[in-house]
Amino acid sequence: MMIKHLLSIDQLSTDQIDLVLKTADSFGEVGTRTIKKVPALRGRTVCNLFFEPSTRTRLSFELAAKRLSADVITFTADSKTSVSKGESFKDTALTLQAMGLDAIVVRHTSGGAAKRLSQWVDASVLNAGDGSNEHPTQALLDLYTIKQRFGRIDGLHIGIVGDVFHSRVARSNIKAMTKMGAHVTVIGPPTLLPVTVGSWGVDVSTDLDAMLPKLDIVYLLRIQKERQVDQFFPSLREYSMFWGLDNRRVGLMKPEALIMHPGPINRGVEIAGDLPEMERFIVADQVTNGIAVRASLMFLMLGGSQELPPSEKS
Amino acid sequence: MNAHTPSEPVPAPAVGGGDDTGRAWVVLDELDFKRALVRMAHEILESNRGTGELVVVGIHKRGVPLAYRIAKRIAEIEKTAPPVGELDISFYRDDVGIRSPQDISTTDFPFDVNDKTVVLVDDVLYTGRTVRAAIDALVDFGRPRLVRLAVLVDRGHRELPIRADFIGKNIPTSKAQEVRVHVKETDGVDSVVIYDPRVLGEATDQ
Repeated sequence: MMIKHLLSIDQLSTDQIDLVLKTADSFGEVGTRTIKKVPALRGRTVCNLFFEPSTRTRLSFELAAKRLSADVITFTADSKTSVSKGESFKDTALTLQAMGLDAIVVRHTSGGAAKRLSQWVDASVLNAGDGSNEHPTQALLDLYTIKQRFGRIDGLHIGIVGDVFHSRVARSNIKAMTKMGAHVTVIGPPTLLPVTVGSWGVDVSTDLDAMLPKLDIVYLLRIQKERQVDQFFPSLREYSMFWGLDNRRVGLMKPEALIMHPGPINRGVEIAGDLPEMERFIVADQVTNGIAVRASLMFLMLGGSQELPPSEKS
Repeated sequence: MNAHTPSEPVPAPAVGGGDDTGRAWVVLDELDFKRALVRMAHEILESNRGTGELVVVGIHKRGVPLAYRIAKRIAEIEKTAPPVGELDISFYRDDVGIRSPQDISTTDFPFDVNDKTVVLVDDVLYTGRTVRAAIDALVDFGRPRLVRLAVLVDRGHRELPIRADFIGKNIPTSKAQEVRVHVKETDGVDSVVIYDPRVLGEATDQ
């Protein structure tokens, strides 16, 4: 049985995560067809509700919904919408509720916004990033990408490098990766590691060079320039020197280790300018898989029933 | 996705008998099963006049191993094996949103279906809704010249205007009964078993 809203990785059991990843395989196949569309959610309406800029997540959800034959409408909080006229989040939600949607994909600057929205509307709510809290679909597509490359998640050693403090990607991924049996080490300057990180079930390191030879996956986080309101580090150049991945550091990695990044990348900050073209930098896989994983989730969440038991096969 | 990955074996009564309660009985044993598939392979070849432009497509779950078996029998008769595809119809069902999706497999078409004669293979033909979904899924891949349907068991009770072209065995059933096809690839045994929950006055929950 699948959940109604996806607000946090905490809601998903390992069995449910396995089901999402397995079903994503089928949508991966749909993505290779000439007609990249199945009729599963024909007639359903999905609204992308974005209060924060996004390229890949919004396009990915839109493509995923369209692959399921759902209708997609998009609401972005900018100068062209009612938000610029002073409409509150709740009133926007109630307006959408009155339009009879089946699912709302929401991104918001505030943590907990997706949960709040789920209390106001009948539609399924999918959290596409709420402040520094969570970004569960990113974590699921990352798990899928890891499983595709390594055949497993259990037992892998994954280093999450950089701005853990502001990162919803890190929070969701740490929950998801440890749940599926990976060993996670967060690596970064102490100012960018949350005080509570000790209680997250992960190891903590401030020495990137010492950790690199031990990792199967180096997961780089984006330096979120838009959230650096306080001085967490002296300069981008200094950050890049201590925490950025360059050719020398790649040389320290295991030969089979891979590099991941949630995007968008800041070339020359968390990764040296010429590295993203490397074979082992698999951000393009992450983007491709994101469509299949989101389609899988929407199919399982919207295509299921909450009441009837499975009937006999016909 | 390999169709022959062993899954949890379904408990099947011994070939030739039912279980102790008398609520299940075998209608095709291993030899009947084999004979039916051989005859179906011959009938397919007869109607297609050989293996030219012939492809065999199994519908997940049990239709897939049956499709490989039929293709193997055809290869034994004609010395050329038709290509085999695997079709999962979960995304094409007419009960999406009514019943929860479960056990979704991956579709695999290692050939172009345009202008081919496609033989769809499933284990049991019942309401016809699975076949309707399978035809919809198939035409997303191209325009076959002909689509034929082969089923191991036709148990009646159609809800759509669909019929099979090649049938292993017609088994008249009541709607309360359940027809289960077991195949060696996933269940360890080849048999077709009818379960009747009414004998004990209880409902089945497959």
